Amino acid sequence: MTRFNWFNTTTLTLGFAFLYLPIILLMIYSFNESRLVTVWAGFSTKWYQSVFFNESFINAAWVTLRVGFISASVATVLGTMAALVLNRAGPFHGKTLFTGMIYAPMVMPEVITGLSLLLLFVSLDFTRGFWTVTLAHITFSMCYAAVVVSARLVTFERSLEEAALDLGCTRFSAFMQVTLPIIFPAILAAWLLAFTLSLDDLVIASFASGPGATTLPMKIYSQVRVGVSPEINALSSILIAVVAVGVVTASLVTKQAQVKRMKEERLAISSI
Amino acid sequence: MAVADITSPSEEIQETSGLSSGWGRRLLIAIPYIWLLIFFLAPFVIVLKISLSDVILARPPYFPNFDISEGWQGLLAMLQAFDLENYVWLTEDTLYLNSYLSSLRIASISTLLTLVIGYPIAYAMAKAPKEWRATLLMLVILPFWTSFLIRVYAWIGILKKEGFLNYFLLWTGVIDEPLMILNTDTAIYIGIVYSYLPFMVLPLYAVLEKLDISLLEAATDLGCSPLKAFWVITLPLSLPGVWAGCFLVFIPAVGEFVIPDILGGSSTIMIGKTLWVEFFSNRDWPVASAVAILLLLMLILPIILFQKQQEKQAEASQ
Repeated sequence: MTRFNWFNTTTLTLGFAFLYLPIILLMIYSFNESRLVTVWAGFSTKWYQSVFFNESFINAAWVTLRVGFISASVATVLGTMAALVLNRAGPFHGKTLFTGMIYAPMVMPEVITGLSLLLLFVSLDFTRGFWTVTLAHITFSMCYAAVVVSARLVTFERSLEEAALDLGCTRFSAFMQVTLPIIFPAILAAWLLAFTLSLDDLVIASFASGPGATTLPMKIYSQVRVGVSPEINALSSILIAVVAVGVVTASLVTKQAQVKRMKEERLAISSI
Repeated sequence: MAVADITSPSEEIQETSGLSSGWGRRLLIAIPYIWLLIFFLAPFVIVLKISLSDVILARPPYFPNFDISEGWQGLLAMLQAFDLENYVWLTEDTLYLNSYLSSLRIASISTLLTLVIGYPIAYAMAKAPKEWRATLLMLVILPFWTSFLIRVYAWIGILKKEGFLNYFLLWTGVIDEPLMILNTDTAIYIGIVYSYLPFMVLPLYAVLEKLDISLLEAATDLGCSPLKAFWVITLPLSLPGVWAGCFLVFIPAVGEFVIPDILGGSSTIMIGKTLWVEFFSNRDWPVASAVAILLLLMLILPIILFQKQQEKQAEASQ
């Protein structure tokens, strides 16, 4: 049971080939000299150069990064608060509605979320653009952030908080000095998830945005509709590489931090 | 992704050390609560309101509008101007019924396909040596982090007439003429299976990994063939994972816009695409809102079933 047999090996090989081959092909052909995407005509980095000199791509990337940074940061704060409410605040009026509102946006079709937010912005008479996209992204990514932080709070050793309170900490300082450092890896993971969700989103941004605030996915989408282009391949490869490096580093860092925390947590408990 | 970790909302531990009272607690609850009320719940009320309104050539392009300065009179006037015209329109034009039905059909077929492909992968992962499992899990999650749009786009180069797949099949001599896959339903199935595979594999893996091996050993000791042991033990015990995975694929697939738009042909209509066209091309906001309300009604049942199933699972694991 603990070794690979041929059936499982074949399944995994085929499965991962299916998952990765399209991305790998796309990356390889972003170095293709020819404009014809499937005919290999020699190695070239010219499409990367043309991406970097394309001002509309650079502008869109800048908008996307700013939206992502602001929305992920606010969403992480709101999501952490929501997670605390779900796990620590006890029963209160309307908790069922609150829980529902945390989980529902994650399964809601994007077209509905996008449309409903747009209609809200119109009826509030907000000018659509950078800030409306940011508000929309905060709203859906805070729910994911809440779930990630909540998953950590569930397994959290409550006696540590109690010990801090017994030793004279106020609730706030117990939270800042005990709870927050322990759940910090989860908060970081929540931020990263919120950030990538924001970088990825096309549908909700298309509804919530107005003239002047085109995000990178919106830009890519308008080009993709015309057909495959090596420039888009190059741009996509850059994005994939950035995200892959970011995710792998983050998971290594959080893993290390988690191991260290767990050790400290255990030590602290055994010394109580 | 964190779905396996979702805990039951009904789980309410009696607070001893929690934030029991005071202004701090109230503020903590109020801030995210008010945010969600304004940006999640209120928009739905507005969608419902606009779905009952009429389209006009103005800004905003619908009527009636609520004028707060007119007070109750204004509200009453607005309520009187509401009608179900848009919903009647949806039943009269077969485009909408066809979109709903074909969305349900495409989502069901792709969910089944994802299950058939995802199950063996999750099974093989759960049976892999322990030191490999974390890496395999990471490999399944990683594509999920890269842009959805880019992953769907990558398939155009593979599926089109002069794409990699046809090139490969012609080269190996399997086919004599290039297959037309792009812009068909098949391309949509491939796109959905590809994009949502992690959603299926993760809950299945979570269940299969926890499966008690001794049950299978007992079955083999009692003379069960491995296939039969799988059929009577593994499969029934993994059903919670099967349900979770199917819901997680089915629900977003019904409202999918990007995949049918990029990979599907003009003859394939799905409700997400219809809503998009109604809104962006036809600029008919009231009809788009009515389409959204009906889509929501269609998804409420699966969403409630999913929630119930998650709660049951969370209770069982405690």
